[in-house]
Amino acid sequence: MTQYILRRLLYSLPLLMGVNILTFVLFFVINSPDDMARMQLGQKHVTEQSIANWKQQHGYDVPLLWNNQALGEEQITHTIFYQKSVGLFLFRFGVSDSGRNIGADIKERALPSLAVALPTLLVGLFVNICFALLMVLFRNSYLEQAGIVLCVVMMSISSLFYIIGGQFFIGKVLRLVPISGYDDGFSAIKFMILPVLIGVFSGIGSGVRWYRTLFLEEVEKDYVRTARAKGLTETQTLFRHVLPNAMIPILTGVVVVLPLLFMGSLIMESFFSIPGLGSYTIDAINSQDFAIVRAMVFLGSVLYVIGLLLTDISYTLVDPRVRLS
Amino acid sequence: MVVLWTDALIYLLLVVMLGLGLYLRGKEHIKRPLQKICRSKIGMVSLVVLLFFVLIGLLDSIHFKPADDKKNEIISVLDDWATPLREHGEKTYSSPFATTLYSKEMMLQADGSMQWGYPRLEFGGKHLEDTETQKIPDILQKTAYGFFQGIALTSLLMLIIVSMLRRGNVVQVAPAAGEGSSTKAVWLTLFIIIPVATILIHLSTHYHVFGTDKVGEDVFYQAVKSIRTGLVIGTLTTLIMLPMAIIFGILAGFFQGWVDDIIQYVYTTLNSIPGVLLIAASILMVQVYMANHEAAFTSVIVRSDMRLLFLCMILGVTSWTGLCRLLRAETLKLREMEYVQAATALGVKKTTILMRHILPNVMHIVLISVVLDFSSLVLAEAVLSYINIGVDPTSYSWGNMINGARLEMAREPVVWWSLSASFVFMFALVLAANLFADVVQDAFDPRRSGNE
Repeated sequence: MTQYILRRLLYSLPLLMGVNILTFVLFFVINSPDDMARMQLGQKHVTEQSIANWKQQHGYDVPLLWNNQALGEEQITHTIFYQKSVGLFLFRFGVSDSGRNIGADIKERALPSLAVALPTLLVGLFVNICFALLMVLFRNSYLEQAGIVLCVVMMSISSLFYIIGGQFFIGKVLRLVPISGYDDGFSAIKFMILPVLIGVFSGIGSGVRWYRTLFLEEVEKDYVRTARAKGLTETQTLFRHVLPNAMIPILTGVVVVLPLLFMGSLIMESFFSIPGLGSYTIDAINSQDFAIVRAMVFLGSVLYVIGLLLTDISYTLVDPRVRLS
Repeated sequence: MVVLWTDALIYLLLVVMLGLGLYLRGKEHIKRPLQKICRSKIGMVSLVVLLFFVLIGLLDSIHFKPADDKKNEIISVLDDWATPLREHGEKTYSSPFATTLYSKEMMLQADGSMQWGYPRLEFGGKHLEDTETQKIPDILQKTAYGFFQGIALTSLLMLIIVSMLRRGNVVQVAPAAGEGSSTKAVWLTLFIIIPVATILIHLSTHYHVFGTDKVGEDVFYQAVKSIRTGLVIGTLTTLIMLPMAIIFGILAGFFQGWVDDIIQYVYTTLNSIPGVLLIAASILMVQVYMANHEAAFTSVIVRSDMRLLFLCMILGVTSWTGLCRLLRAETLKLREMEYVQAATALGVKKTTILMRHILPNVMHIVLISVVLDFSSLVLAEAVLSYINIGVDPTSYSWGNMINGARLEMAREPVVWWSLSASFVFMFALVLAANLFADVVQDAFDPRRSGNE
């Protein structure tokens, strides 16, 4: 087991290296630091001197990949690539283009992101499973037909409309909860209700449909027929036999996204002005802060790799037939 | 005639589809699922709706420079037809079917005095003398007129098609079995869609059916123009993604070894980057590139078109991994099949095996994922435009409409029509696509065909 985990961790190194090279090519080769400087300083009337100053300030005044003027190992270390990527592997994110400490920002903003994303996931999981079970219980009836149609209709509505509609009706017309904002500690709860509610609601359509197919696959199997033949009622077979077995793909699907919850949801957070990592990323995109975007890309892929590893481990935990090798 | 880049690719897509249709005509293994789709009521109705959208999108994809051109602009056939809509701009917001502006301003009276009130619109309902009493009868009259025109048009169409079918010189369209119910449903849809369209056309020449937006542009026109953007993103992305996904997926599954390792490494790497961030990073790069090469993008429409194309490419590059993985798994299964082994034993070349035995047998996966992806891409466009990494802010798209209208929800009284218009259009397109995707999946997925 430990050996397997170690090997997987080693395997993830070239993966992260690849991510790093890709973002490096995207950010520094296609657009030279000169272009970036011009972008940051405003397109027109930029002197050579101010570009040089900006580059010096942000550490972009060294060559991209290979430093001819340096000696020995500094030929490699004294380049943009080395300086900007090695730090990422050690989780030292450096300073943003506007001069803030990215690592501190991320630490501070991860919690609000999680506070919204985790309840959304858990409540959503519960609600989706309940509805999917109901539909399977009443299968081949008009109730199920109506449920399927409703799911497709709900899937076809853009999540933006759920958010705007929810904010308008619950926040503005009914005035039940504040429309947007965030607070520290437990007073944050009243700000979190609406985002969580809308997040769950907008996921129902596709979630219930997906879980329903998982349950239906399980319902057709032989052991379920045996259970029915034993004389168990339909509800008993569903809860005692179908549900635990169908939970295997559901849970492993959830485990993949668990680490990524830290990243938060881009649109949710910016609509509800929650100071999480999602809105941090959006702000960085809008202000074209490449250092932050790069750090977030790296963080996201690290979390994804962790998620994959957790999935494999969780398979062995919930399904004893699977052995890691 | 001016051919923009996305136009050219749309034409290419059409040619490819036609060629594929001709090639597959009469092939037995394709005929059966197609018949199944023809028999499905939901499938045919959603197909009709989709085709209606496609028709509008195609009309909007034929661009030209008008002869009496003063402003050096490029317009499409649709723009040409909708010239009154395009040019009847108001000053600012006005609600649907309004005859006055939405906000009060100081008006100059005939006798020279100033008055605080709602000014009349420049175009919306300007033919009316007395708006209070005449407006509703006028709207009803125009609706009735449009309705009867639509019914007449559809009946004419029905007459022509039925008589052509009677004569029997048309290729056998749908199989006789169970044809009745789905044909009826198709005609019913046509009898709803065409009259609605003619009513809207009639009304929109005299009123702003969905009101006007902040700068006074007709919202109905914006929503119709957005159809093309949605379709382009839904289809061109697939066109760009398909070659990569198919070639890499099949090669990885067929050759295994180091080819497989490299391809797997590439798609795991791409997959591990959060999709939105990769798109954001690429769009940022495109923005910088376009800012530095302003000379290459002469007019607004060319620039927004390039950006749309870039967006499709980026979405294509980020979304091929899913299909690639599916194809790889399927090819792994297929290459162990007896007929492939028999071909290998007979000394058939590897490329021939790939083309003749593997490729046709994974096509159903490709088809299903194409129709499934379409609706999610249309939805994704709206979200991306909201984060400002979608289409160009100057081009028409539902995402831009939502983005522009979002802040107005806080206004008192609420400006709701922009959102509603984009909601209605987007919902119709995505719902039709989702329903159609379901039917296609049912028909082509061998695992599902058992439960008939």
